[in-house]
Amino acid sequence: METQEKLKLTIRPPRLSTQLDLQSMVIPSILLLFVFAYVPMFGVIAAFQDFKLEKGYLGSEFVGLKHFAAFFGGRDFIPIMWNTLWISILKLIFVFPAPIILALLLNEIRFRLFKRVTQTVTYLPNFLSWVIVAGMFFSILAVDNGDINQLLKSMGLISKPINFFSEPFWFKPILIFTNVWKTMGFGSIVYLAAISSIDPTLYEAAQMDGLNRIKQIWYITLPSILPIIVIFLVLTLASILTAGFDDILLLTKQGTNIVLRGTSEVIDTYVYRVAFRQQIPNFSYGAAAGLFKASVSVILLWLGNRTARKLTGAALW
Amino acid sequence: MKSSKDDIVFETFAVLVVTILSIMMLYPFLNAMALSLNDANDTLAGGISIWPRVPTLLNYEVVFQNPRIGNAYLITIARTLFGSFVSIIFTALMAYGLSKEHLRGRKFYMGLCVVTMYFSGGLIPTYILMKALGLTNNFFVYILPAIVNVWNMIIFKSFFEGIPKSLEESAQMDGANHYQIFFSIIIHVSLPVFASLILFTAVGHWNDWFAGAIFMAGREGDKLVPMQTLLNQIINSNIMMEQLGAIAPSAAEMARMSAKVSTKSLTMATMMVATLPIVMVYPFLQKYFAKGVMIGSIKE
Repeated sequence: METQEKLKLTIRPPRLSTQLDLQSMVIPSILLLFVFAYVPMFGVIAAFQDFKLEKGYLGSEFVGLKHFAAFFGGRDFIPIMWNTLWISILKLIFVFPAPIILALLLNEIRFRLFKRVTQTVTYLPNFLSWVIVAGMFFSILAVDNGDINQLLKSMGLISKPINFFSEPFWFKPILIFTNVWKTMGFGSIVYLAAISSIDPTLYEAAQMDGLNRIKQIWYITLPSILPIIVIFLVLTLASILTAGFDDILLLTKQGTNIVLRGTSEVIDTYVYRVAFRQQIPNFSYGAAAGLFKASVSVILLWLGNRTARKLTGAALW
Repeated sequence: MKSSKDDIVFETFAVLVVTILSIMMLYPFLNAMALSLNDANDTLAGGISIWPRVPTLLNYEVVFQNPRIGNAYLITIARTLFGSFVSIIFTALMAYGLSKEHLRGRKFYMGLCVVTMYFSGGLIPTYILMKALGLTNNFFVYILPAIVNVWNMIIFKSFFEGIPKSLEESAQMDGANHYQIFFSIIIHVSLPVFASLILFTAVGHWNDWFAGAIFMAGREGDKLVPMQTLLNQIINSNIMMEQLGAIAPSAAEMARMSAKVSTKSLTMATMMVATLPIVMVYPFLQKYFAKGVMIGSIKE
């Protein structure tokens, strides 16, 4: 190891001209990144302007923090923040642990074929688009002859069908359920991979000591995959202002289901609505709301990644 | 082993729970399939679960005859094939370059990549950019912004870093440049990670509805709308039934057709058409998935 370090120090960095092939592999992608990721970053100045598409960044008038003041002081701010945080917390409680539980269960099953088939089946929802997931659940939860309503009726639990998409109460449960349904199976891959790298001699030793399977999970499996869990947990916490977008938008028919707006609107869908779904699009106001979210998220992510490294010695980057 | 009885109980419990979960995951899909294959009028009576009661292919017939769906399908196929190919090539080449420690400017390049994982300009500045670049109502809006995928790059890079150096060294001695090494050696020893990332990228393209919804507008844009965007319009409105007139050869034929299909049955058939290709492909690549997820890239 030491000699390697020394060797590295004595080798001078190669000249650019000797690695044109390597550089030409990287530079085109960097340029694309510059155009499609960095230019929009500078584009956030629209939040400080009264941006007009036809005038552009250079021609639009600067108005300072006007749009931020309007956003924070407006009557939409509190309900949107409430929904954003509440949906994120619900997702953290239900959506986050679901794949871990599935992975632990799958790991206990020794019947190979069963395991493979159930894995294929539980991965399926991940490959369906949110458009399709929303379409399927609209059908299953339909008022007239939807499966769920029929089931509840036949069990005598309800006398008249529930209108799942017209009653604000049902929106969050449906959102959380569909998210668990869609992500549980595929999310388990990460944890299964982590479990499969656990040293098998640990389990052998545990069996010698007479530990049953539940205790083996508790004392060996869970502690072994804890670092991965912590990393994902911290990063999930850091993205707490990203409560969802496709799922919310599509389950509310792109926000056109106005009954659900009070319970479903989060920052991201709000930005979309003020910019693209209004008679007079308000780019600057939307950009201000978006920039607020992006700024808070940067700080949280940076803290999150640091925390993950401190807690587990590992991080995503 | 003395705890074996507990273990059997526990394993049975695990099998039971996983079975119930699997049924729950599969049911909405099978239900939609059954509805798409069932007579529309019979569907009104309710009670269809996973098997069509009055089987018919009429719903699919109507869907396939709809020129807008055919067009949207072609757009989806085109962007999926072309978009995934370009994205994987650019992203993997970039990752290969960045996996070389002696690459000049490596830290700078990596820094540029990592910043994009923390911060993005967001929806509105992105829209303004696309507008300025003339990418609205333009097929390339599906391709260009999605070429470089930093997450995939990091997965590729950590995989390439794990490839033994000796594999490349002999080729280097023979005077091969990095492109030759990449295409003749690296790709071959990295097939699992390529397989899963190609699939994930392709699924991303296939399932994207949003780009079609915001960057395409008006008559011109309608022609470039992909399947998922169109499907979303179909689910949220009655455009399928309204369009029956366009595909029926005569008024009498239209009356016959519209009596036999419904918005719901046509929507289900369209959903199946839009999703079956992926559902039929992913199980074959399943064994590679673990290679395509973040786990290998977590930095100790």
